Amino acid sequence: MTFADAANLHTFVDAIRFIGDHPGFLATKALEQLELSGAALAIAIAVALPLGVALGHFHRGSSLAIGASIIGRGLPSLVLIAAFLTVLGIGFVNNMVALAVLGTGPILTNSFDGVDRVDRDAVEAARGMGMTRLQLLRRIELPLAIPLLFTGIRVSAVTIVATAPIAAIAGGGGLGDVIVNQASYRLSGVFGASLCVMVLSAGVFLALAGIQITVTPRGLRRTTLTGEPS
Amino acid sequence: MSTRLAGGPVIPNFGQGSSCVTGDHTFCWDWVRGHWHDTLGPALLQHIELTALAVGIGFAIAMPLALLAHRYRRLEQPFGVFSALLYTIPSLALFQLLVPFTGITVTTVEVALVSYTLVILFPNIVAGLHGASDDVLEAARGMGLTRLQVLTRIELPLAAPAIIGGLRIAVVSTVAIATIAAFLLPQGLGYPIFLALKEPTPFKTEIYSAGALAVALALGCDALLVALRRALIPWARKGVA
Repeated sequence: MTFADAANLHTFVDAIRFIGDHPGFLATKALEQLELSGAALAIAIAVALPLGVALGHFHRGSSLAIGASIIGRGLPSLVLIAAFLTVLGIGFVNNMVALAVLGTGPILTNSFDGVDRVDRDAVEAARGMGMTRLQLLRRIELPLAIPLLFTGIRVSAVTIVATAPIAAIAGGGGLGDVIVNQASYRLSGVFGASLCVMVLSAGVFLALAGIQITVTPRGLRRTTLTGEPS
Repeated sequence: MSTRLAGGPVIPNFGQGSSCVTGDHTFCWDWVRGHWHDTLGPALLQHIELTALAVGIGFAIAMPLALLAHRYRRLEQPFGVFSALLYTIPSLALFQLLVPFTGITVTTVEVALVSYTLVILFPNIVAGLHGASDDVLEAARGMGLTRLQVLTRIELPLAAPAIIGGLRIAVVSTVAIATIAAFLLPQGLGYPIFLALKEPTPFKTEIYSAGALAVALALGCDALLVALRRALIPWARKGVA
């Protein structure tokens, strides 16, 4: 075993030991991060989901929906957090808004796509049966769009949770606090917290993927959950 | 003769900046001009280097992998699950966790960035290669094309829009993620922002100018790839991405 290998092993053993020694502290930090992420996700859903569904229903604004996804990817989280900080000041609100903006892209694009691409024959048939717009939306378009609606929410949630540690640099709290503060927590703390962040976002991904499978109508379950987050 | 009163207000010395800079007004063009050569310009160049290297290496790895998965379809699903999970790893954590292996170096940043581009490029290329319709493939085989000819003359040209679409997403996301490299290395457009945020009162112009450059770089690269698509594959439908 070379010297470098031994050093690596030590770093990870120390990190695991740090997690074992401070489970309560890390759990508090993780909860802080989930709280921030949850608030941001709630705002993102409240804004983007109705908008995307409405645009999809009327088959309008595809350029807006596509643009949102490209701009959403191109806007670096650090830039968003820093820019909102200059306007809203340091703290929870600034980070929540920045993360919410980051999360709207996937939800808007996917909910638009989901409703917009509902089989035209099904919509025609529903109209022919005399359904009103609201009935059409509630009984045909929304159920058929569920896989994509949920994909948008899942991608957005994972993006937000994965980005939340960066907010620590702007007073966001959470596990990122430990990662960006090597002076106080040593390398073992930075590593331990990084491992926790990884587990946390993978956990959110898997949990939402599980929920997605359960809420998807049985006939639509062939949709794969893996692959590139759109 | 001047005397200083003890206990007088301590006025921070911001150097010989203009009143705009010392007052931290919304945006100071003179700061941007004055610091283009020592801060913004080099950061932009480093950012372009980080991105180009990551997408270049990522493409060089993803392309053969995708061809392999196209040939042996059983490989696709495991790679898909693996890459979906890889994408959930926060960049900040991934950078830190790679440090014991590759140190605080550009290599660490590149390994992370390349991994993220793979996650985007691989499925896009595979989807593009699978995209050729059965009728077309049937016709090609009927004309006596070999497997290699089918790939180079039918499948690859038909996959080109999807491949360029994947590259667009990969470039734009890499530009964004590369700003996080500043937490590890004094490189890229994230670094001026990172430094500004470390101050008790972050200097607005520094944040806005570096941030605007990062967004402009992402949009510029995207426009470049759109132009490339038009030049290479003029037959492609509009809006395929």
